[in-house]
Amino acid sequence: MSKLSRRGFFKVAGAAVAVTAVDARAAAGHAAPPAAAPAHYTFFKGAEKNFIEAAVERLIPSDDNGPGAREAGVAYYIDVQLAGAWGAGERLYRSGPWHSGAPTQGYQLPFTPAELYRHALRGIEADLKKRGVSSFSKMSPQDQDKYLTSLQTGNTDLDGVPSNVFFESLLEMTIEGYFSDPVYGGNKDMVAWRAIGFPGAYATYYDLVDQHGIKFTRAPLSLGEDVRGRVHLHPNIPAYGEHKVQGKVQGGK
Amino acid sequence: MATKLAEVDAVLLGVGLVGTILGRELTRAGLKVVGLERGGPQFTVPDFQGPEIHDELRYAIRKALMQDNVKEPLTFRNNSSQRALPIRRWASFLPGSGLGGAAVHWNGQTYRFQDTDFRAYSHNVERYGKNFVPQDVLLQDWGVTAAEMEPYYDRFEYLLGVAGKAGNIKGQKIDGGNPFEDPRARDYPTPPMKEPYGSAMFRKAAASLGYHPYPQPSSNMSQPYTNPEGVQLKTCMFCGFCERFACEHYAKSSPQTILLPVLLKDPNFTLRTGAQVQKINLDSSRKHATGVTYIDAAGREFEQPAKLVIVGTFALNNVRMLLLSGIGKPYDPKSGKGTVGRNYAYQTVSGVQVFYDEKVNINPFMRSGACGTVISDFVSDNFDHGPHGFIGGAYIGEVMSHGRPIEFHPTPPGTPAWGADWKKAVIKHYNHTASLTIHGSSIASPNNYLDLDPTYKDAWGNPVLRMTFEFPQNDVKMSAYITQKAIEIGKAMGGTQVHGAPRKGPYDVTEYQTTHNTGGTVMGSDPSTSVVNRYLQSWDVPNVFVIGASNFPQNASYNPTDTVGALAYWAADAITKQYLKSPGPLVHA
Repeated sequence: MSKLSRRGFFKVAGAAVAVTAVDARAAAGHAAPPAAAPAHYTFFKGAEKNFIEAAVERLIPSDDNGPGAREAGVAYYIDVQLAGAWGAGERLYRSGPWHSGAPTQGYQLPFTPAELYRHALRGIEADLKKRGVSSFSKMSPQDQDKYLTSLQTGNTDLDGVPSNVFFESLLEMTIEGYFSDPVYGGNKDMVAWRAIGFPGAYATYYDLVDQHGIKFTRAPLSLGEDVRGRVHLHPNIPAYGEHKVQGKVQGGK
Repeated sequence: MATKLAEVDAVLLGVGLVGTILGRELTRAGLKVVGLERGGPQFTVPDFQGPEIHDELRYAIRKALMQDNVKEPLTFRNNSSQRALPIRRWASFLPGSGLGGAAVHWNGQTYRFQDTDFRAYSHNVERYGKNFVPQDVLLQDWGVTAAEMEPYYDRFEYLLGVAGKAGNIKGQKIDGGNPFEDPRARDYPTPPMKEPYGSAMFRKAAASLGYHPYPQPSSNMSQPYTNPEGVQLKTCMFCGFCERFACEHYAKSSPQTILLPVLLKDPNFTLRTGAQVQKINLDSSRKHATGVTYIDAAGREFEQPAKLVIVGTFALNNVRMLLLSGIGKPYDPKSGKGTVGRNYAYQTVSGVQVFYDEKVNINPFMRSGACGTVISDFVSDNFDHGPHGFIGGAYIGEVMSHGRPIEFHPTPPGTPAWGADWKKAVIKHYNHTASLTIHGSSIASPNNYLDLDPTYKDAWGNPVLRMTFEFPQNDVKMSAYITQKAIEIGKAMGGTQVHGAPRKGPYDVTEYQTTHNTGGTVMGSDPSTSVVNRYLQSWDVPNVFVIGASNFPQNASYNPTDTVGALAYWAADAITKQYLKSPGPLVHA
């Protein structure tokens, strides 16, 4: 990847109109090394890992349009989310009684995301065994798509988890991991943002918003990027962040 | 056992937009005021700073700034024959929490309601006759007029520094503004925002069809602004991280950027964060509030006695607080009697997408929370409803607020939900799609209401709020008619494909629509159909004032915040100029 494609310029009708400190840095030769590939999974075990990697590759495949979810680190993203606060049920009201409701009432299962994946993946393994398939990852891409479609449209009981509920969660987390900031472990090297042309955590377009139709070619920016353009992973930022203890801001001069 | 604190003149429930305004007005009148905020303290520096604030996953998807639904959910059902179940994750609407409340994560779309909205019942009967009002709706007047509200809108808009273009100053129509607005005393405090590309195409298309496009009034700043309180805002950078986020640039009007810096310095004001109010305490007559009981973040219980109680939390929580405290009679849909929880309404929102070819760079990420161009030709009663058989309306606008890709990756109908073809379509359309919003009114219905859930509890053991809601037929008809108009405008915008669908039932809490929940403690002139009088004073307990979008008898076509702010100043005026001189009912039923 050339320096210029990583650290491009604003262009209006082909003319560079702005060179910022970041561009100047790139021009001075500080090419950004790609983020290191995650070495291991925390949450997924043996066969689970193979399924997730193969499944996210089918949901967003690598092809002529660029890297897909697997290459972008989405399996790792999902792994870290499930191993952390989100997997444990952060932001999920978890008091019973438990009843299945209408679809308009939303998710009503007692599973945390981590439990949901654990049960569903166990159920998928058993289901594949029943069908005489040794492993999802060894199926042809066409057969993998057929199987994923059967999960999506069917209501197979995957160790207590309806297959369509699991599929929707897998698709949602795959899209999240693909498009979220690379600090979370997916969207590695901002490949998804580059593919669509989203500039990421960049903060100001005041001078550009009324230059209608301008082609924005500057490389995207991650919130975990250091001055040398390296993205540092912080995959377990809790949604709720630091919750300050009771503060008392007393009036008075 | 609760620790009993020293009595204060007034206690505020919630220190968001309403609490901050009331805190300022009451301390200025010499009152000792305690503000109780359930969430934490948060400020532009250090809490809202970039680049960390530009994190779509954390703020927009995981909803970091929102009410903690693990502690305080609500339950939902489409109709009263269903079992209500907890909304286990926020989606359809997003109540805020923490200092500044939902006015931290709002977009800043700042419209005045029209006189035809405030006089919804009388106006429609005058123009169309009694029989025109559908049988299955609750349509009523607010007890105030647009002319009465004008000075309070004016004051609130100058506090915020709203960027806009007047369409009617003292009866004089002005080209380029909203020609349907009621007269305003003076122009907006600041000029309109810059117009993004898609909005400009909308403007041309709407004008070519004979409509009246104008810039959306915005509480994101078009230029630096110092408000009458001496607090300074800065210019909006169009960063595309506005609603669901807090502003790092001091460019979005929020309590932190318009008023809190002044209020927090006032020796008459004390802020307590992490204070979860359990109930408003009443004396044995049940006609007088003695203060509130709250539990702090460490679980300690306090009683805060106060002469005056201001309920200024999010609309849904205002309703719940009255129900938990036994103030007013809960609405019973079977008998139609009771008022608390009655007239719950929402917003009827639909969308249209205009897909362009790849030569047209829309740059959806270069947006602010409130920018873009709208028309009000179909708002409220700005068009003849006679042939249509519904009440209410909608504005149509190209008011995109961001291009954050987890939430925004438009594809035309027929695109698969995943796989290579999905990926190809997302890449093809991401930067080449403009979205139109049809932001419609919501009429109250006898079947839509709020009450306490009989089963589910919050983290403190109190019943959660139960919402029963379905889109009334009136609003489904309205959405069908006006969404079609938006599709016609979309087709005139020069794209290759235009797609859109009106809002239909069933109402689904898993899809984000809007956080414009209204009603439940509505204002009015008749205690049998309203919870508070026209000054937002409880009919039942006169030293309790309830302020917020919960006061709306039905929701109008426009976004609610300007009206909430105007009502806050309206009530503050009544309290400081009338109530404090002679505490008691300001209106005799």
